[in-house]
Amino acid sequence: MTIKIIEVLITGLLMGGLYALVAVGLSLQYGVARILNISHGEFIMLGGLTTWALYTALGVNPLLSLAICGPVAFILGFVIHRTLFKRLLASSASPAIFESNSMLAAFGLMFILQNIALLIWGPEIRGYSYLVIPVHFLGTLFGANRLLTFGLALVIGLGFYLFLSLTRTGKAIRAAAQDPPTAGLMGVNINNVLALCFGLGAAMAGIAGVLISMCYPVHGVMGLEYTIIAIIVVVLGGLGSIPGSFIGGFILGLIGSVVTFFEPGLALVAYYVIFILLLLVRPTGILGR
Amino acid sequence: MNTRKNLRQIWLLGLTLIFLALLATLPLYAPTYTIILMTSILMYIVLTMSWALFSAPTGYISLAPAAFFGIGIYTSAILGTRLPLPAVILAGSLISFCLALLIGALTLRLRGIYFAMFTFGLVELIKNFWLWYEIQFTGTRGRFVIFVDNTTIYYVMLIILALLLLVTYLIRRSRFGLALRGIGECEEAAAHIGVHVNALKTATFAISAIFMGAAGAIMATRWTYVDPYVAFNPLYSFMSVLMAIFGGIGQPYGPILGAAIFAYLEEILITRFPYYYMLIFGIVLIVTVLYLPEGLIGLVANIRKRVAGGQDALA
Repeated sequence: MTIKIIEVLITGLLMGGLYALVAVGLSLQYGVARILNISHGEFIMLGGLTTWALYTALGVNPLLSLAICGPVAFILGFVIHRTLFKRLLASSASPAIFESNSMLAAFGLMFILQNIALLIWGPEIRGYSYLVIPVHFLGTLFGANRLLTFGLALVIGLGFYLFLSLTRTGKAIRAAAQDPPTAGLMGVNINNVLALCFGLGAAMAGIAGVLISMCYPVHGVMGLEYTIIAIIVVVLGGLGSIPGSFIGGFILGLIGSVVTFFEPGLALVAYYVIFILLLLVRPTGILGR
Repeated sequence: MNTRKNLRQIWLLGLTLIFLALLATLPLYAPTYTIILMTSILMYIVLTMSWALFSAPTGYISLAPAAFFGIGIYTSAILGTRLPLPAVILAGSLISFCLALLIGALTLRLRGIYFAMFTFGLVELIKNFWLWYEIQFTGTRGRFVIFVDNTTIYYVMLIILALLLLVTYLIRRSRFGLALRGIGECEEAAAHIGVHVNALKTATFAISAIFMGAAGAIMATRWTYVDPYVAFNPLYSFMSVLMAIFGGIGQPYGPILGAAIFAYLEEILITRFPYYYMLIFGIVLIVTVLYLPEGLIGLVANIRKRVAGGQDALA
C-alpha cells in the first residue's frame, strides 16, 4: 500500500515537472506581454515533432535537439512578436482590446502552425523510444527517460528563474511586467523586451516539446491539449510567476495522478473542475497579487 | 436624416424577407447536394449570428457555442426516438437555455479574457465528463441518431435562422439592445445609469444559447452517429468567433457574410485539402485582426465612402 502511494505521488511529481515547464513560457507571454497565446501548444508540438524527425531520420540525440529547438523557437517567437503583435499593440486602443485582439491573432497562429505541421508530417501519432531503462526508486519502477526529463525541467526552470532575478535583462522584463510605460521611461526598450518575452516563451515551449517527445508519443494536433494544461497551471500558480508555475504544475500533476489512480477516465474532468472553480473563486491564482 | 435611416431599414427588411422566401423555395428545384450544402451554410450562420447576439454588443468573447451546440446534439441523440422532431428541437433549445442561465449567473464577475477562458474550460469539462459517463454507464462511446430527410433538416434550419433574425432585429432596436451596447462601451457607467447589468448579460447569453441548442438538435440527425468528441468539438466555438470577426460584428449582416463565405470555402476545400483550408483560415484571421478591425463590412463601408468621396470631388 505505501509503495502504491509513493508510486502515485512520484508519478504526479514527474508529470508536474513537465506541466510546469509547459506553463512557464505561457506565464511569461501572458504575464508580461499580455498575450494569451493560444498557439503556445503548437510550439510544443513543433518541438516534439522536430525532435522525432531528427531522431528517426538522422539519429540526432534528443538532448542535442534541445539545443536546436530552443533557439529556433526563440527566433520564431521573437520575429512573430516583432511583426504581428507589435503592430497589434500599436493599433489597439486599450490594454483590454489588445488582450482580446492578441488572443484572436494567436488563434490564427494556432491554425497556421498546426496545419503547416500536418502538411509536413501528417496526422499520424509518432513516437520513438529513448532511454526506456527501468530505474528502481524507493521500491518502485520508473523509466530513466521520465526521470531525466523531470531533472531537466527542474534545471531549466531554475536557470530561467535565476536569469529573471539576477540579470539586467531579467530586471527589465520584470519592470515591464509591472508597469510598461514607467519601465519605458526608465530607459527599457519596451518593444524589445516584449518581443524577448514572447520569444523566450516560445523557446520554453519548444524545449518542453523536446522533453515531452522523450516520454510520450507526439502528433500534429496535440498542441491545444498542452495549451489548455498551460492555461490551467498559469491560472493555478498566478501570472508571470515562475515559482508559481512550478507549484501549479506540481499540484496539477499530483491531482492528475491521484484521480487517475481511482478513476482514470476522470483525470481530465478533475483538471477542468479545478480550473473552473479557481476562475470563480480566485482568478489571480495561488501566488497571484 | 431620420427618414432616410428608416427607409434604409425598411429596404433591408424587405431584402431579408425576399431572400428568406427565395431560400424557402430552394428545395423545389435545387439538387440534393445544394440542399445539403445550404444546410451547412445556414448552420454556420445560425451559430455565428447567435454568438454575435451576445458577444458583439457586450464585447465579451464567449467560447461556449460548442457547449450549447453539443447539448443540442445530445438532446437529439437521447430523445430523438422518444419524441417528435419539433419537441426534440424545443427540448434542445430549452436545456441549452437553462444551462446558459446557470453559467451566466456564475460568471457574472469574470471580466474580459477570464470569461473566454472559463467558457472554453466549460466545453472541455462537459466533453470529458460526458465521455466518461458514456463509457461508464452506457458502455459505448457514441450514439446513433434518428434519421430525418435532408429537406426537413433544411427547412428546420431555415426556420431557426428566420427566428434568430427576428430576435436579433427586435433586440437591436429595443431599449434592451441599447443597454447591451452600453455594457460594451462601459460596464460601470451602464450600471450607474440604472441598467441591470448582470440580469441583462445573463438573459442575452441564455437567449443566444437557445438557437445554438436548436441548431445542434437538428444537425445531429444529419450526422446519424455522434460521440462526445464530435458533439463538443471546440472548433465550433472557434469558428463562430472567427467567422463573426471576419465578417465584422458592427452590423448584424457582418456575421452572416463571414459565416456564408467560410462555410462555402469549407465545403469545397475541406474534403480535398483540409489542411490548406485551416491554413487559409488562420492567415485570413490574422490579416483581419491586423488590417480589418471592423471586418469585411468595415472594408466595404470604407470603399463606399471612398467612392462617394470621389463623386463629391467630381461634383
